[in-house]
Amino acid sequence: MSSITTRETPRGFSVQDYLTCLTGIIWREGLRFLHQRERFVSALVRPLVWLFIFAAGFRQVLGISIIPPYETYILYEVYIAPGLMAMIQLFNGMQSSLSMVYDREMGNMRTLLVSPLPRGFLLFCKLLAGTAVSLLQVYAFLLIAWLWDITPPPQGYLTVLPALILSGLMLGSLGMLISSGIKQLENFAGVMNFVIFPMFFASSALYPLWRVQEGSPYLYYLCEANPFTHAVELIRFALYGQINWISLTVVASCTIVFMVGAILAYDPSRGLARRGPAGGEG
Amino acid sequence: MTSPAQIAEPHDAAPGPDPAAVPALAIEGVSHAYGPRRALMDVSFNVQPASFTALLGLNGAGKSTLFSLVTRLFGIQSGRVAIFGHDISKSPGEALRLLGVVFQPRTLDLDLSLTQNLLYHAALHGISRREAAARSAELLGRIGLEERAGSKVRDLSGGQMRRLEIARALLHRPRLLLLDEPTVGLDVKARADIISHVRQLVTEQGIGVLWATHLFDEINAGDDLVVLHQGKVLAKGPMSRVVAEAGAQDVNTAFMRLTGAQVMPGGGA
Repeated sequence: MSSITTRETPRGFSVQDYLTCLTGIIWREGLRFLHQRERFVSALVRPLVWLFIFAAGFRQVLGISIIPPYETYILYEVYIAPGLMAMIQLFNGMQSSLSMVYDREMGNMRTLLVSPLPRGFLLFCKLLAGTAVSLLQVYAFLLIAWLWDITPPPQGYLTVLPALILSGLMLGSLGMLISSGIKQLENFAGVMNFVIFPMFFASSALYPLWRVQEGSPYLYYLCEANPFTHAVELIRFALYGQINWISLTVVASCTIVFMVGAILAYDPSRGLARRGPAGGEG
Repeated sequence: MTSPAQIAEPHDAAPGPDPAAVPALAIEGVSHAYGPRRALMDVSFNVQPASFTALLGLNGAGKSTLFSLVTRLFGIQSGRVAIFGHDISKSPGEALRLLGVVFQPRTLDLDLSLTQNLLYHAALHGISRREAAARSAELLGRIGLEERAGSKVRDLSGGQMRRLEIARALLHRPRLLLLDEPTVGLDVKARADIISHVRQLVTEQGIGVLWATHLFDEINAGDDLVVLHQGKVLAKGPMSRVVAEAGAQDVNTAFMRLTGAQVMPGGGA
């Protein structure tokens, strides 16, 4: 009974508590990723199919003029590599939000949300963990692409890192925002079709936007307004040691908006509360 | 918002910040609705430290909603929930720190090992890796699963998983433990093990326990009892008093009289 009287005053949380929590969440996400080898393989095979097959076939159809950040004529494979890196992150962002829907249905989400640390921080950790996983995938892709003669300047591998972190956070928080609005796992497939494919195709990932503009000005405006376009361009420029300021601004702003939206959506007094009980009886 | 039938609290009169006077869990006038459907209506009761309180109700009585409110999965719409005096809405961090939960659906990572599951939980509470490893080993020993520490959770039996979930809920040394129908789907032996383990926590470690169930035979004469039916508290207090006040011989009959429900043979509602 004596233990009851101990530890009564509020202690707050130290920086160390926050760091322990952050590393714990990243560690768990990493472990889960390693346990799901199929996920890693499919995350890698998807862009490689585009690179090896689609790009090889398309090379003759689409001529690429010299546009920044490139200083010479480039092969189509070289052009689409940044788009495929962003695609890896797009799929990863949607997949980790899929896992959040799954976690919520299965109850795992509860383990995370009953942590005493602030909920916004927990979700931010979750986003960082998802981004870290996407970095593993992207660098594995870059390694294989290098063997395929896609050789950005060596320092590009380093300068692209901040861009990848930012775009990973943007796409992850977009996924989290979408996941908060999904009641059941089954609804997710539809959202994938309505989010991933339009975002990917209406962007500069596969074709430079000036070519799109020739075909349809409206589509061009749509592509310009697509945050994914800016994630691609941010990565493309960073890979060649340059900063695309417009893309940086768009991606940073979208990250903030999506993240705040996701955190609000998971706020107990707003988001989850409006829906019925998350499993179990009422 | 307390009703006249409020349990007499032994420490009620103690003034000042004596922590023993503070209930482990205080629920005051809590109502909750999912759109037009009202799941809880003006629910009030306390769980004292070092006590075993059974929350008895049929499926759909509102037990899980109540758990979701106390664990802050849902926001409080009206009323107040406090854990050792810390309001769950105003200082959720301090409140949740004192709370351990075992949810009704399993919430373990099946592909991770027992130890990995415990370490993850510890990290969520800001417990350092070294400390967490020591506590995990100790708790696994206490539930007799130390030899399985490195196995995947997927390979455990239902009863073992539940024991692991209880160990996990105790990892951050909470002083209030919530269990939502923890014995559902377990065999007789596993059920008995878990009940005796939790009762031991009450007597030996002074933990306040709120145990939601629809199984009468899990309640002892000395327990506190809260009968929840269609979102309302119909009776609360020591079990013997609730039974006597309902003019019944046992908890089955008392529950049936209070709710007008049909009681199934075999001790379940």
